[in-house]
Amino acid sequence: MESRGRLLLLPLLIVLLAVIGWPLLDTFWLSFTDARLGGETGNFIGFDNYLHAFRAPAFRRALFVTVMFTVCTVAAEMLFGLGVGLLLDMNLRGSKFLRGLLIVPWALPTVVNAMCWRVIYNPDFGALDAFLQQIGVIKAYQSWLGDPTTALIAVGAADVWKTFSLVALITLAGLQAVPRELREAAEIDGAGPFARFRAVTLPVILPPLTIACVLRTIEAFKVFDIIWVMTHGGPLDSTKSLSILVYQEAFSFRHAGYGASLAMLSVAVTMMLIGAYSRAVRMQGAVR
Amino acid sequence: MMTTKQRIGRIAAYAAMILVAAVILVPLGWIVVMSISPTVDLTTVPLPWVPSALDFDRYERLLTLAHNSDGEIFLYALRNTCWVAAGTTVIAFLLAIPAAWVFSRMRHVKWLLYLIVGTYMLPPLMFVVPLYRILSSFSLLNSPWALMVADSTIVLPFTTWFLKSGIDNIPVEIEEAGAIDGGKLWRILWSITLPLAKPLIGTTLLFSALIVWDEFLYAILFTSDSRAQTLTVVIANLASGRVSDFGLLAAAGVVAAVPPVLVGLVLQRSIVSGLTSGGVKG
Repeated sequence: MESRGRLLLLPLLIVLLAVIGWPLLDTFWLSFTDARLGGETGNFIGFDNYLHAFRAPAFRRALFVTVMFTVCTVAAEMLFGLGVGLLLDMNLRGSKFLRGLLIVPWALPTVVNAMCWRVIYNPDFGALDAFLQQIGVIKAYQSWLGDPTTALIAVGAADVWKTFSLVALITLAGLQAVPRELREAAEIDGAGPFARFRAVTLPVILPPLTIACVLRTIEAFKVFDIIWVMTHGGPLDSTKSLSILVYQEAFSFRHAGYGASLAMLSVAVTMMLIGAYSRAVRMQGAVR
Repeated sequence: MMTTKQRIGRIAAYAAMILVAAVILVPLGWIVVMSISPTVDLTTVPLPWVPSALDFDRYERLLTLAHNSDGEIFLYALRNTCWVAAGTTVIAFLLAIPAAWVFSRMRHVKWLLYLIVGTYMLPPLMFVVPLYRILSSFSLLNSPWALMVADSTIVLPFTTWFLKSGIDNIPVEIEEAGAIDGGKLWRILWSITLPLAKPLIGTTLLFSALIVWDEFLYAILFTSDSRAQTLTVVIANLASGRVSDFGLLAAAGVVAAVPPVLVGLVLQRSIVSGLTSGGVKG
């Protein structure tokens, strides 16, 4: 049964080699060439693309934007998600409804979410400006996405709105694994709410939260859709993430080789994150 | 009996719940209101919020197939999205079910599974340039087939991993009983494992459809007109184009959001297990 069984893997492996394996190798090779999109195969130019990337301010800037976006959105998601998860775990009336409601932002297509917030942020007729002006917070309408100082924050807020619910659901699922007797015992022993949280709740939800955090970090680092739809990387490159930069270099300017080297560099970072992820998985395994 | 302190805590918790619900519902509600407000209302400053009349015209425009209309672009995109979702899911299933079974039953190929899951986490930008060149050399650009191939790079690793962790829960003994009776391997898979995995397969199917429905990067790169453009591309174009009617954008968003949201609600129970514990069991 063993050897025949292994044949069942073949179709998948062949297809994966064709659509993932080969493109990966090709990207690796391209990153050492000056190939242009839709043109010749390009010449081998050694590490020139990489050296160019490190020297070019555009790469450093995009790396900075990506790291800022990732750190801020993931931190905000974890914070709100944890809070909402704890809230739902209190099993108050309406919890079930709220739990169902959390699915909606999660299931909303990213592009639709981005478009909706772009309309809400609209500098001429947007609902955000209208609301803030009518309650007296701002005097004149602001261009949230048109101002380099606020654009990344506005995009990040739209992203957090969509993604915190997943963290909340993961927290909730983790919390439900906390044995009720344990919590009651701690309460009888006279432990205060914070002591109870630290001693009973936190150890149980920490592993799933760690995984959620690493997965969200990997996702956020890849960010493309929401930025592309909301700002196209502008204004003044203030929201140009690594993905946007790679896209523009490879497809708008047709520098396939240089774009590939930028992709390789962003993968180097992703690899480190994947390493962190597998460590988190092992940690969770140890707890179980 | 509740102490005053507990009572205050409860009130604060309810207030927080209402706040969270508002944070989710208000933007969504506003998009729905926009989609049925007359255009004049939406371009009035100060914004009146409550529509002066109900205007369902945009839904009609989007869902009517007339030559050279918004409806034509939108409905073709809807068709393409469904077509790509169906095709990708079929490919994923034909390849991933047998492979997932092997990964579940034969532990020594675990490293291969990790490798596949690892690629799922790589940015799609790693694949786009070579994929673009391959697809263009086969003259497949701007066709739904191209997107099925491209989307498989995301859907295949996911379905393999998800199915594998589900099949882990089907006891091996049941299959062994079948093997003793002299059944062939494919027959055991077909008549014993698959029927038991039906709910799992259903869930995976819906997740794959969600992934394809959401996919944007490959779609903007590999398509250029209504023959293959998907909903996400059309919506992104609407958002960055010079559409003066925000209500139309809102209506397009609502229509594109309804199917995935319904699917999401169906998946409610599996979302968390699907996205965390599935990977934990390895």
